Amino acid sequence: MKKIFKKSPLLLDPVTHYCPGCGHGIVHRLVCEVIEELNITEKVLAIAPVGCAVLAYDYWDFDTTEAAHGRPLAVATGIKRMRPDLIVFTYQGDGDLAAIGTAETVHAANRGEDLTCIFVNNGVYGMTGGQMAPTTLLGQRTTTCKSGRDKKRDGYPLKISEMLAVLDGVCYIERTAVNKPKNVILTKKAIKRAFVNQIEGKGFSMVEIISQCPTYWALTPEEAVDKIENEIIKETPLGVIKDV
Amino acid sequence: MTKNNQKDKNRVLMVGNHIIGQAAIEAGCKFYAGYPITPQNELTAYMADNMPEAGGVFIQAESELAAISMIFGASVIGERVMTSSSSPGISLKQEGISYLAACKLPAVIVNMQRGGPGLGNISPAQSDYFQATKGGGHGDYHTVVLAPNGSQELFDLTYLAFDLADIYRTPVLVLGDGVLGQMAEPVTLKPSFKHEKTKVDKSWALAQTKNKEPKVVKSLFLEYGALENLNKELKKTYDIIESNEVRAETFYIDDCEIILVAFGATSRICKKVMMTLRNEGLKIGMIRPITLWPFPKKIISDAAHKKVKFLVVEMNMGQMVEDVRMAVFGKSEVHFYGRTAGIIPSEKEIIKKIRSLS
Amino acid sequence: MYKEIICSGFGGQGIMVMGKLIANAAMKENKEVTWMPSYGAEVRGGTAHSKIIVSDKPVASGLFYEPQDCIVMNRPSFIKFEHVIKKNGLMIINSSLVSDKTDRDDLKIVRIPATEKAKELGNIKVANMVALGAYQRITNLVKLESIIAILKDVFPPYRHIMLDINKQALHEGVKLADEYKS
Repeated sequence: MKKIFKKSPLLLDPVTHYCPGCGHGIVHRLVCEVIEELNITEKVLAIAPVGCAVLAYDYWDFDTTEAAHGRPLAVATGIKRMRPDLIVFTYQGDGDLAAIGTAETVHAANRGEDLTCIFVNNGVYGMTGGQMAPTTLLGQRTTTCKSGRDKKRDGYPLKISEMLAVLDGVCYIERTAVNKPKNVILTKKAIKRAFVNQIEGKGFSMVEIISQCPTYWALTPEEAVDKIENEIIKETPLGVIKDV
Repeated sequence: MTKNNQKDKNRVLMVGNHIIGQAAIEAGCKFYAGYPITPQNELTAYMADNMPEAGGVFIQAESELAAISMIFGASVIGERVMTSSSSPGISLKQEGISYLAACKLPAVIVNMQRGGPGLGNISPAQSDYFQATKGGGHGDYHTVVLAPNGSQELFDLTYLAFDLADIYRTPVLVLGDGVLGQMAEPVTLKPSFKHEKTKVDKSWALAQTKNKEPKVVKSLFLEYGALENLNKELKKTYDIIESNEVRAETFYIDDCEIILVAFGATSRICKKVMMTLRNEGLKIGMIRPITLWPFPKKIISDAAHKKVKFLVVEMNMGQMVEDVRMAVFGKSEVHFYGRTAGIIPSEKEIIKKIRSLS
Repeated sequence: MYKEIICSGFGGQGIMVMGKLIANAAMKENKEVTWMPSYGAEVRGGTAHSKIIVSDKPVASGLFYEPQDCIVMNRPSFIKFEHVIKKNGLMIINSSLVSDKTDRDDLKIVRIPATEKAKELGNIKVANMVALGAYQRITNLVKLESIIAILKDVFPPYRHIMLDINKQALHEGVKLADEYKS
């Protein structure tokens, strides 16, 4: 039998803490594959967020540290400025990157820090039990907006990628999804691009990855990937938002 | 530590905030991030001017939260790092200080205190004593707290702070105030204490060598007992610090009826009061804590007995006095005199208070 | 010997430099010194001032509110400090900008037309040096040579083309003090 797929050795095998159908596992794998393919394992330093991916270092076989909630890009700035030879990336969720860490995100991007930001957006706070996130869609139900996000009470979903795209320090932003094989392939391409940009010293790169959270969307995994296809990417279309 | 440098021809006149900056550079600080706040702005500007030439990195951060996280980043890869602020900004930095302590990362944090609570004012104060010595941020940890009282100590203790941070893998706080930061005094820009460059093992740092085992620096410990193990490890370090690093200056404590206790800027005024009154024949002594944590408990405890009274003088409504009472443990009367809001207790006021005790 | 001095005037009159020169010169003469700028919400207001202490012994606190000597370079400074100067203290007044009379009869008052003299010398900015020269002559707190010797350290290199006119202004201040005395 011909072997057509092999798990990246950088992806470790602990019992996963992610829920069935969660997109984080896919993104973890893609990051590992890209790092392996670019042959930068020994130069990589990752910063894990606070949120569902807080334990990312349990799955990755390269140097990783953590940051306080929302501060990964500030920690990354300290590392990269001191050691420009390293390839530094943050892995952040929507609450971490676009709520409590908005200032750190905007300013790291605006300074044009040579960093790669993997932004996993599932529109909900997972680790704390399904609260409203900055990117929760209008009408979407969470534990802190049980009748659905209401624009009068809760404001609108934060279009952080579009916001960051107007900043001169940003060289690349693409929105992708991991709800079906085609999109997974495109996501990997985008992640690779974001790392290559850093290797070439081009400035701040971010990939926003729409990811499914069946648990806190109260859907089956299958329904969750369909929701991305039929609802979410209609509101927040996939594709390159900025590329210079 | 404060040897009189009168004969030293190399003395220069420098404001305290600049002295700290130069001490950090001399000590090998390679990364500084800061955010503007009065009265420590001269330090941020000094680092902006001088870090690049010293082969280091300066960043003006978007907030104190970001600044402390940036130095976390540079510390995690083994560099000597510093950030600075004044009281309201230090409140914001507490988040990061707690993470630094938990991750056992060395860092130097400077607080040139101003009046509070809230926005307070921009005048000198010592009202962050509780915050500095009792943890400050969340969780079960301590930071070493050094309290300089003049130009040479600003240099010496900042320099020392980097060594202590590396040796014990802990954040170290240099606790000054607006007067110490703004005032210029003569200083010799090298440590006045005997200093041997000790090579500290930093094999814990990330991204150090090729072909090594991947490492993680983190503070999340979910498995049963894992966090308690960290807390025990930290406690062990704190115990060692408490037995090795207590620093204090004492005057006439074996020959006095009243012992003044004061730190930082206040201690200089108290020292002058002590000299004036001793010349008049009054038996006054003094204890000046240089490390506020670890606190010189034993020195104070040993000096306490029935026939001596303590007077603690601070620029706050009574914070260190609680630690003094604890150390005295009922063996002596403990009194307090304090001024706040940028008003520095005058010699006259302190003398009046002393006379009311005797 | 223990002396508390306040130099005061508009921002831009070189008030901080005056204080630094006194403190630096005294330091070079092996005195203990402190120099403290005014910092506060008043920075853009009427006066900027610096406080200097020169002493034989270590200084307890650089902060004080009642100076022995005061150099006032503008009217708001005169008003601010006239009544806080210690009994029998000294006030050097820039008479070019301050014509007020004081009701203090215990003070030693020396009126020096510092700004006019500076204009005569060709640069209004050296009025501070004229006043400082007069202060030096009257108090002899530090030697004139000590002040001149540290000018190049206190001024940043790009200002070194101004060293000569500053020296000249100091000397003119000394002369004005002599004339005032006689």
